[in-house]
Amino acid sequence: MTLAALENGSATVGLLYIVAFSLFIYGIKLGTHPTTARRGNWIAAVGMGVAVVTTLMLKGIGNWGIIFGGILVGSVIGAFASKRVKMTEMPQMVALYNGLGGGAIALIAWSEYRHWVHQANELEAVQAAANAFGGGTVFESITASISLEVMIPTLLAMVIGSISFWGSNVAFAKLQELIPSQPMGLPGQKIINGLLLLVLIAGGIYLGANNDLADLNQPVFIGMLVVAALLGTMVVMPIGGADMPVVISLLNAFTGLSAAAAGIALDNTALIVAGTLVGSSGTILTLEMATAMNRSVANILFAGFGSPAAGGGEQEQRPYQSMGAQDAAIQLAYADSVVIVPGYGLAVAQAQHAVREMADELEKRGVRVEYAIHPVAGRMPGHMNVLLAEADVPYDKLREMDDINPELPQTDVCVVIGANDVTNPAAKTDESSPIYGMPIIEAGEAQQCLVLKRSMSPGFAGIDNDLFYSPKTNMVFGDAKAIVNEIVSELGSL
Amino acid sequence: MDLVTEITILVLAAFVGFEVISKVPATLHTPLMSQTNAIHGIVVLGGLIVVGYADSTLDEVIGFIAIVFGTINVVGGFMVTDRMLEMFGTKKKKPAPEAAVEDESKS
Repeated sequence: MTLAALENGSATVGLLYIVAFSLFIYGIKLGTHPTTARRGNWIAAVGMGVAVVTTLMLKGIGNWGIIFGGILVGSVIGAFASKRVKMTEMPQMVALYNGLGGGAIALIAWSEYRHWVHQANELEAVQAAANAFGGGTVFESITASISLEVMIPTLLAMVIGSISFWGSNVAFAKLQELIPSQPMGLPGQKIINGLLLLVLIAGGIYLGANNDLADLNQPVFIGMLVVAALLGTMVVMPIGGADMPVVISLLNAFTGLSAAAAGIALDNTALIVAGTLVGSSGTILTLEMATAMNRSVANILFAGFGSPAAGGGEQEQRPYQSMGAQDAAIQLAYADSVVIVPGYGLAVAQAQHAVREMADELEKRGVRVEYAIHPVAGRMPGHMNVLLAEADVPYDKLREMDDINPELPQTDVCVVIGANDVTNPAAKTDESSPIYGMPIIEAGEAQQCLVLKRSMSPGFAGIDNDLFYSPKTNMVFGDAKAIVNEIVSELGSL
Repeated sequence: MDLVTEITILVLAAFVGFEVISKVPATLHTPLMSQTNAIHGIVVLGGLIVVGYADSTLDEVIGFIAIVFGTINVVGGFMVTDRMLEMFGTKKKKPAPEAAVEDESKS
């Protein structure tokens, strides 16, 4: 009755799956060291190849046109998108891929359910024919119900997959700025979400209780698919930009878990192991990211970050100082030590190469240049490392937050490039601030501070930054790349 | 396979995941997230299986979309991860030769 019938005791398939997931585990293991990470990625990819080819060997696999058509279309789109995506757009790319995985799982679960409905219809037809010949039950010997062992995982896979698909799409749209990145919510949002969850649980219980072939109810199943889609959208919609990496990571873990659920439904060990691996890794990553922001995952999901009401009304024009690129260049050239704090703005402006040039120019003059990397700078952990690595900034120049903070008071100039929330002193001093408690890079402790920014507008989280108004701070307005280039040429002519 | 065996596998895999992954340095988090993201593209197997017994055109369409989605997840995921790691790799392996080349080009 279940798809397990396909496997028909094929030990070869089972053994090859073991090879596949061993490669996944080994690949991830290698992924934990910078030197071996790339090889690890390819080893995991080889594991995936083994898993796919093995599955094609299963008895009963057919419809080759659709299978190869699908693989071809998917490969072309995937390869094309990956070649074209900019390094700055990585987070939303991961969100998008994650969503597609979740969508695939929801579709697979739906297809599985439809298959049962089809079986039910066929049996009914046979029964009707038998009745016409004088009655009697034809399929006594056939289990005429879907076992809960299969039904429950299928429902879980469908619900979680659908939540993950829509949640990821919203996350993608927010990061790509297709929709506003500010938190958006309806009044009573939590109650609505709670009701949607209750509807899903009730629907699940109803479908689980009606697991006889004759009682299958596809409209309810589709209804749950839609409700789960709504819930995924509603949960992510009110989450503000700065929390998005945590949410993507969480959704990544969710998709893994729903893959594992699908694996139980389909009796497929490769799916169970790979899905669970992703589930546990995503969970760890989510917790680590949340810890870096000193917030709990529950708080991120349900509290709504930087709700617009907070401090929105009392905004007033405060005095700040600004200077041009020429003055900035002079200040930098006569410093002994400079610490650069990169943020998402650097990524958006694609300023990493220009920044590296500036650092080279300064080092030629004997200035010590280092980079202070906040764990959640940019929109993902490690985002800044990837970008600066692209510009060939040496590894040992990248200093972690806790490592460099004690040195900042002795630093002559701290250059904040397109970073905002991660330098906001309110996180340490203002208990009413939504980011209170988040560890920050203490740029304000440096002797002088240069902030390269497009305007005075608040950052991604929508919170004003006291650092900008400090008497030690000079704002340099403009596109990060343009300003840095200007500074480089000024440095050259000094 | 019975449910208990499957849950046993699941629990053990979860512990393996925690053990292996909890040792990743923060700098590799983005690539790791991308790599594990690609690995859950394994759902493409589910797509291959359900297409095998599609009973109607609609089922074929659903299965086709599932395979396309899953394949994009796999292919795109691994390739994007490779692009990220490429940057870590070059710099990590040859800092000295790289500096030498640069000096030459400048002088």
